[in-house]
Amino acid sequence: MIITTAILLLVLFVITLTVAAYSTYGERKVAAFLQDRIGPNRAGPFGILQPLADGAKMFMKEDFIPAAANKRLFILGPALAMTTALLTGVVIPWGGELTLFGETFKLQGTDPEIGVLYVFAIASIGVYGIMLGGWASNNKFALLGAVRAAAQMVSYELGLGLSIVALVMMTGTLSMGGMVDYQIEHGWNVIYQPLGFIIFLVCAFAETNRAPFDMPECETELVGGYHTEFSSMKLGFFLFAEYTNMFISSAVIATLYFGGYHVPGLDRLGLDPNLATLIGTASMFAKTFFFIFFFMWVRWSTPRFRFDQLMNLGWKRLIPLGVLNILLTGSIYYISEYLKG
Amino acid sequence: MLALFYLFAAISVISALIVVSARKPVNSVIALVVCFLSIAGHYVLLNAQFLAMVHVIVYTGAIMVLFLFVIMLLNLNKATEPMKSLGMRVAAITGGALLFITLAAAIRQGVHIESANPFDAGVGLVRTVGHVLFTEFLLPFEVSSVLFLSAIVGVVMLAKKEKHQPEAPVEPLTEAERARRTA
Repeated sequence: MIITTAILLLVLFVITLTVAAYSTYGERKVAAFLQDRIGPNRAGPFGILQPLADGAKMFMKEDFIPAAANKRLFILGPALAMTTALLTGVVIPWGGELTLFGETFKLQGTDPEIGVLYVFAIASIGVYGIMLGGWASNNKFALLGAVRAAAQMVSYELGLGLSIVALVMMTGTLSMGGMVDYQIEHGWNVIYQPLGFIIFLVCAFAETNRAPFDMPECETELVGGYHTEFSSMKLGFFLFAEYTNMFISSAVIATLYFGGYHVPGLDRLGLDPNLATLIGTASMFAKTFFFIFFFMWVRWSTPRFRFDQLMNLGWKRLIPLGVLNILLTGSIYYISEYLKG
Repeated sequence: MLALFYLFAAISVISALIVVSARKPVNSVIALVVCFLSIAGHYVLLNAQFLAMVHVIVYTGAIMVLFLFVIMLLNLNKATEPMKSLGMRVAAITGGALLFITLAAAIRQGVHIESANPFDAGVGLVRTVGHVLFTEFLLPFEVSSVLFLSAIVGVVMLAKKEKHQPEAPVEPLTEAERARRTA
C-alpha cells in the first residue's frame, strides 16, 4: 500500500515537473502564435528541446547572492516557493481505479476528508516563498513586489474561499474524490455554479500571480519584482514554481468544476475498467491542459491591471459577488427541496 | 505515532523558544509559523483534520502573513525596538514565574486524571464539528459572528475617517515658471 502510493507520488512528481517545464515552451509558442511570430524553433525539431536548454542554462549561470541580502532567507525563499507549489498535487484525483497484478488502487495520492481545505491551506502558505525571497533581497523593488504579492494573495483568498463555500454547500463534501463522485452522479458543477466558477477562475489567476494580475513582478514598474535579485537556479525555482502553480490550479479547476476525470457517456460503452480509467485520466489531463492554455491565452491578450484596480476588483466586486452566490445557492437549494416536498 | 508526537512536540517547543529569543523580528515570525504548522501536525495526529486545516489557513496563511507584512514594511530591527523599563521587566518576570508555578502544579496534579470520555476518532471531522456548532453551541457561534461584524464595522470606520480634501484647481503655469521647470 505504502509502496504503490510512493510510486504514484513519484510518477506524479515527475509528471508535474515535466508539465511545468513544457509549459514554458507552450507559453512561448502560444505567445508567438498570438503575436504572429514563430517562437522557439532552434533546439530540436520545432524547438521541442528548448525547456532542456533553458534548464541547462539556469544551472550553468553564476549563482549570485547580493552582499546586503539576508543569506538564509534568500535561499529559503525559492525553496519554499517550489515546495508549496508541489504539495497540492497529492490530493487531486487524477483518475479512477486501476487494477494491476490483482491489486486495485486509486490514481490519487490520498483522499482526506478535508481535501478542498488542504488545497486552500497550501495556497495560503504559498505566498511565504515570494515574501521571504523578496524581503531578503534587500532591494526596494523586490520588497514592493513581495508586499504586493502578500496583499494580493490574502485579498483574493477571500473570494476563492467564498466561491468554494457555495460549491461545498451544493456537493455536501470537502473531499476532492467526493467532488468528482458528485459530478459523475449529478453532472458537472460548472452548470450549477457558473457565477462561482467565474469568481474561482479570476481568483485563481490572482493567486498564481498570472497576468493580468502579475503585479508582484510587473516589469514596467518594479524591474523584476520579487525576483529582481535572483539569478541562476534560484530564479529558475521561482519561475518553475509559477508554472507548477498554474498546472495545479488548472487541475483543481478541472476537478472542482469540470468533472475531473469524468467523461460523459463513457460508462455506457462497456469498456474494460482499466481502459476506461486511462481514458478518464487522459480526459483529466486534457481539461487541465486546456486551462493551462487558457491562462496563457489571457496573459498574451489582456493588459495588466493597476494595483488599486486589482484591490477594488477583489474587495468590492468579487467578495460581494461571492456572498451573493452563496445566498443564491442556499435559496435555490431550499426552494428546490421545498418543491420536492 | 508516538514518535511523530514527540517530533512535533519537540518542533513546537524549540520553535516557540526561538520566537521569544530571536534577535531579528523576521526570525521570530518564521519560528512562529513553524510552531503553528507543528501544532497543526498535533491536530492531525488527533484526527482533528478540519481544525488542522483551518488553523493553517487562518493563523499561518492569513495572520502570520500580515505580521510579516508589517515587519517588512516597517523594517523593524533591534535598534528601533524600545527597551522596556525596569518595572515592566520585573512585572513580566514575576508574571511569567507565577504562570509557570501554576502550570507546573496543574501538570503535577494532572498526571493521575482519567479522561472523562474515551477518545473518539470522529470528534474532529467536519461533519461532527459542524453538527455540534449548529446545535449545542449555536448561541456562542452566532454571538462570535457579531464580534466579527463589529470588527468589520470598526475597520470601515477607520478607513473612512480621512476625508479627502478637495483638490486645489490647477492654475496654468506662467511662462517664467515653465522655463524654470524645464531647465
